[in-house]
Amino acid sequence: MLRRIYQSPELFQLVATFGVVLLLKDVALWVWGPEDKLGPRAPGFDGAVKIFGTLVPEYDLVVIVLGFVVQIGLWLLFSRTRWGALVRAATEDREMLGALGINQALLFTTVFFLGSVLAGLGGAIQLPRASVSHHMDLAIIATVFVVVVVGGMGSIVGAFLASVIISELNAFGILIFPQITLVLMFLVMAVVLVIRPWGILGRPEGDSAGEEYEHQSLSWLPSRSARLAMAGVVGLLILLPLVVQEFYLVLLTEVLILALFAASLHFIMGSGGMISFGHAAYFGLGAYGGATLLLYGDTPMMLAIALAPLIAALGAALFGWFCVRLSGVYMAMLSLAFAQIVWSVVFQSSDITGGEDGLVGVWPAEWASERYVFYYLTLAVTLGGILALWRILFSPFGYSLRAGRDSPLRVESIGIGFRTHKWLAFVVAGTFAGLAGGLYGFAKGIVTPTTLDIPRSIDALMMVLIGGVQTLVGPLVGAFAFVVLEDRLLSFEYWRAIFGLIIVGICILMPEGIVGSSRSFLSRVGLVSSSR
Amino acid sequence: MSELTVTHLSKSFGGVRALNDVSFRLEPGELLAMIGPNGAGKSTCFNCINGQLRPDSGSVRLVDRDLVGLAPRAIWRLGVGRTFQITATFGSMTVVENVQMALISHHRRSRALWPLATYLYREEALALLEAVSMRDQAERRCSVLAYGDLKRVELAVALAHDPHLLLMDEPTAGMAPRERIELMGLTAQIVGEKRIAVLFTEHDMDVVFANANRIIVLNRGEIVAEGTPSAVRADPLVQEVYLGAGSTYKPDARPPHA
Repeated sequence: MLRRIYQSPELFQLVATFGVVLLLKDVALWVWGPEDKLGPRAPGFDGAVKIFGTLVPEYDLVVIVLGFVVQIGLWLLFSRTRWGALVRAATEDREMLGALGINQALLFTTVFFLGSVLAGLGGAIQLPRASVSHHMDLAIIATVFVVVVVGGMGSIVGAFLASVIISELNAFGILIFPQITLVLMFLVMAVVLVIRPWGILGRPEGDSAGEEYEHQSLSWLPSRSARLAMAGVVGLLILLPLVVQEFYLVLLTEVLILALFAASLHFIMGSGGMISFGHAAYFGLGAYGGATLLLYGDTPMMLAIALAPLIAALGAALFGWFCVRLSGVYMAMLSLAFAQIVWSVVFQSSDITGGEDGLVGVWPAEWASERYVFYYLTLAVTLGGILALWRILFSPFGYSLRAGRDSPLRVESIGIGFRTHKWLAFVVAGTFAGLAGGLYGFAKGIVTPTTLDIPRSIDALMMVLIGGVQTLVGPLVGAFAFVVLEDRLLSFEYWRAIFGLIIVGICILMPEGIVGSSRSFLSRVGLVSSSR
Repeated sequence: MSELTVTHLSKSFGGVRALNDVSFRLEPGELLAMIGPNGAGKSTCFNCINGQLRPDSGSVRLVDRDLVGLAPRAIWRLGVGRTFQITATFGSMTVVENVQMALISHHRRSRALWPLATYLYREEALALLEAVSMRDQAERRCSVLAYGDLKRVELAVALAHDPHLLLMDEPTAGMAPRERIELMGLTAQIVGEKRIAVLFTEHDMDVVFANANRIIVLNRGEIVAEGTPSAVRADPLVQEVYLGAGSTYKPDARPPHA
């Protein structure tokens, strides 16, 4: 299934994978039911051996040996066989390999197949040791990703080292400081990436980062029809409260807030070519910032909403300073690590943040307590925020950012410090995410750790990618599609499967996102003139 | 005082001496060509001057300022323009916007949030494009331009901050023969008017002999000849480097230090 999207940018493959995960999750639920399954003890290895006075289950020893065997086998496979050489060549230059007459699609499918087999093997080995649940998916994906990145991409030994380090630290962490286990993995990753930007044994990437972006131009002053359409949408949003039920108003408020959130992520992704897997951190910082100011400082709502982005900006300034030193996936993973650290701090300090239950009673001020008033407030703030972000994209700052994405070499050679610009952009994006977060708290009346967890970051990523990275309205359309779809589908038992299918469908049919692909289609059939 | 003074420049990669004790001067308004076979150290020398690489030893002075250790963008600010062997332009922007970016940076406004970038310094940018005969393509996107035209855009970008030194790494690489002569002729004319010093590397000898005021010949990281085009053309050592049976790989021609 993934064969179809090898051509599309790496990120889209990630989105599609996410869709497939959702799909499989429901298939698992449907086939095996919602209960955790306990695997049988492995026959023949159910005893225990005494080593250094400690009982060690025989099976664990078998697992260790098996791990080494697979490790050595993989290393031999990649370094000694023709197939391994081809795979390594393909990761260097896929086009060249194609020119040499190698069927890359087949090659990558075999790689994917081997990866799946090994993953399956890992899962099966785990079976006799722990219970199986259908929640294994995302947690495992995150862990595996962390291990690969910490070790250094492309290094099997690195991955092995990383997994040993992380599990050992985890084991000791539990003994010494139990609370830390939630983030330990991410702490390790943050430290490793800050010190060694390419993982323990990884090699620096070439200057290829960002090359996969098709360089779409942006033009100020949208066409007449586009302006009319935008005015129409805004008019509709203003008039809607007069006709729709309160429930839809709540939903629309959420759409608007998430649209601003997505637009802030798009700001760094679309223009700066930076990917963040942890953008929710700034959304959550804004939400918690606003809520704490209200509940502990008796700050008026409007002031709390105004201060929320500043708190997020501080966080973004601190974390961004490290993130912009990295590129590509490494940067994305470091941002994820920071987000997870923030998440666990919030999760653990239950005295202030209410821990898992969150902060309740974050209600809007008296005058804004009516749903429609708060809706208008949200509309004004989010529209203002989105317009401000757009304006910045067309300012010299936004242009410098895009210039750096297009050609880091050239931008430095005309005297622009790209890294500083990226950092500032990161702060800007964090600020607007914080603004969205501040609003979100008041819209919901409660702020929980889910405002800054991994799924929230992934949601934002999905919205941007589904809408279309290379378009301005993409993130907004993406947010709308995402929220509305999720809301519509939640009533079905197997909503994840349907949602996953839709995501995969969009990836295959609309590789430039909804907006991007529609635009390409329209210009192909001649309805819209293609830009310049 | 010389525009550029390079003294005793050396740089090694691993055990390979890419540059060995290279010294030369460049006077204002002069076109100096650096030639030599592939692997002679031309690019290394260039990158040591423009800040991309840090030399192991030696100094690079711009008039009276030491450039060693400065970042490329700091060197640019001192009035050094660059063009690249493989063109580097902003593909998502129009031709005129590419030049505007350089002007925006020159006026130190790359962090401004309010003005609209497409309207900033537009007239100045168009004038620069006029000078390189790209005025009529100003609104086209850089990603759709022909290679020769991209080279012209790069020249306009490099001229944006009124440099007094221009570094051009193989300015005509990848171009058709006639285009090459045209581009270098144009460059010579512009820098002649503005008294800009130019250091360029080039493989095409027609281009070199037609435009350079002076030539230095590099082989295996060392300067083997230096002088006017006619003197260099007559130099037997140069003829050996270029026409001799692959002296680059001749084991007994190894320099004594290596």
